[in-house]
Amino acid sequence: MTRGLTRWAAIVLLAVLVAAIAFPFYWAVVASLTPEATLFQRPSLWPTTLVLDHYRALFAERRFWIPIRNSIVVASATTLFCVVVGSFAAYAIARLRFRGKRAILGFILAVTMFPQISIVSPLYMLLRALGLIDTYPGLILPYLTFAMPLTVWLLVGFFRQLPADLEEAALVDGASRWQSFTRVMLPLAVPGLATTGILTFIYCWNEFLFALSFTLGPERQTVPVAIALFRGQYQVPWGQILAAAIVATAPVAALVLAFQRRIVQGLTAGAVKG
Amino acid sequence: MSGSAPAGPPVPGVPMRGVEAAERRLGWKLVAPALAVILLIALFPLGWTAWESLHLHDLRMPWRGRPFVGLGNYAQIAGDARFWFALLHTTFFTIASIALELVLGLFLALAMNRAFRGRGLVRAAVLVPWAIPTVVSALLWRFLFDAQAGIANAVLVSVGVLDHPLVWFVHAWSAWIPVILADVWKTTPFVALLLLAGLQNIDASLYEAAAVDGADAWWQLRRITLPLLKPALLVVLIFRTLDAFRVFDLIYVLTGGGPGTSTEPLALYTFTALLQNLEFGYGSALSIVVFAITFGLALFYLKVLNVDLTGDVR
Repeated sequence: MTRGLTRWAAIVLLAVLVAAIAFPFYWAVVASLTPEATLFQRPSLWPTTLVLDHYRALFAERRFWIPIRNSIVVASATTLFCVVVGSFAAYAIARLRFRGKRAILGFILAVTMFPQISIVSPLYMLLRALGLIDTYPGLILPYLTFAMPLTVWLLVGFFRQLPADLEEAALVDGASRWQSFTRVMLPLAVPGLATTGILTFIYCWNEFLFALSFTLGPERQTVPVAIALFRGQYQVPWGQILAAAIVATAPVAALVLAFQRRIVQGLTAGAVKG
Repeated sequence: MSGSAPAGPPVPGVPMRGVEAAERRLGWKLVAPALAVILLIALFPLGWTAWESLHLHDLRMPWRGRPFVGLGNYAQIAGDARFWFALLHTTFFTIASIALELVLGLFLALAMNRAFRGRGLVRAAVLVPWAIPTVVSALLWRFLFDAQAGIANAVLVSVGVLDHPLVWFVHAWSAWIPVILADVWKTTPFVALLLLAGLQNIDASLYEAAAVDGADAWWQLRRITLPLLKPALLVVLIFRTLDAFRVFDLIYVLTGGGPGTSTEPLALYTFTALLQNLEFGYGSALSIVVFAITFGLALFYLKVLNVDLTGDVR
């Protein structure tokens, strides 16, 4: 009796919370499709006229494809580099016996908790001295500061979950450690590498402080910076801002919906068992 | 890359010590590139910030050079009211948002753990706010609380809570409301997912035994769920505290620290000192203070966590 009751209470509570979570998205989608003229009147939950004006203006007038291109370049390059280099380190930490690896992992975890703001000033001077302000490398290098430790941390979690016997069998068969890594463990780790890649990409896609600090104009701004700095001539261009917000959210939301089970695994494995 | 160089294969017949040494060498070779990147681009700049913080360095006034001033910048911080208010704002934001997130996240996790049908769907739905850019969530909430177009005003006026639309972002007290709500909206899912993973590790037979003994749901929550969930709760608390304490994106976009500087957190004040005022010496000192506080919080929590994980308490 009480169990059935609590089950129902749970379902109702869940429905309310999910509705609360989903509502701002619904509202933003509706507003981004509402004509400018009616946007500032009394908001309506069930709109009658929907137009694509704001999306058209976003790409035609605001040239929003430039920040999208920048974000894709920077996030992909950072992710690729980190997953390749990070997989070496993560395999060693998860699978090899050598002194100091616990300390290394602790250090890497500590760096993931670094406040970004504490290294903005030297990075700015460094990038300025190298002439890298407002360039792609000038964003990729700073992004490594959070992406590298994040990738290693996540990948260690994945490598630890792989069964040990396959690797041992390869070693018994005369494979070297390096061969067992590249031929046995890496192929097994592909799902983990992909999940880590997705999460790292999302973190880079969303990053704001470095992108704001180390770019100067629209040519190299990433999506979050471009949206945050949107200005209208007379009033806040809410229609276009929300259209841009939807465009910025869509790829991330698609990734999350497609890979939700794996992403949750990756997020919780490190945190709960670590 | 140096780490990709394969170590020589273990020669058959070589004694164990040789194999171990080879494994150790390979381990360090594989770790080296990632470690070098982290040292070079994260740790070295931190040292540079510390050094810079001991200088008077104003990029707008290059003719003044970069004289060494010792702890002068830190002395200035101690007497800087704007710094103390920023610290207060950051602390308030951290405590208020995390308290709400833990309570709501626990409810959400308990409900997700209980409801079996549609769990995948719910999990996907709650993941989306966590995954979107913070800038986007800040803008969504800015729009919800917009004075003219915002639905918050429309609802509150029609229900009768407000007699006329409120301009939320001109008063400090009302500007905090969308800030905290936006953070709770965005991060509660993350909290719930970590707590859900903790809940799923709890042995179901404990509840069955308690139910046989006639214990009600409230007793089970207090005596079984919460104590066994403690490690997961502490992990959430660490991650969220350190995250909330460096809040920047959300407030930069939602209020810009305003009205005036009445919602300005430490990271935003530091950013302004560095990249708006170009006071690199003073800004670096602020950066080091933010880092030191974060570091202290992390150490404090790790101690607490250690005590709990070894089960010394109680």
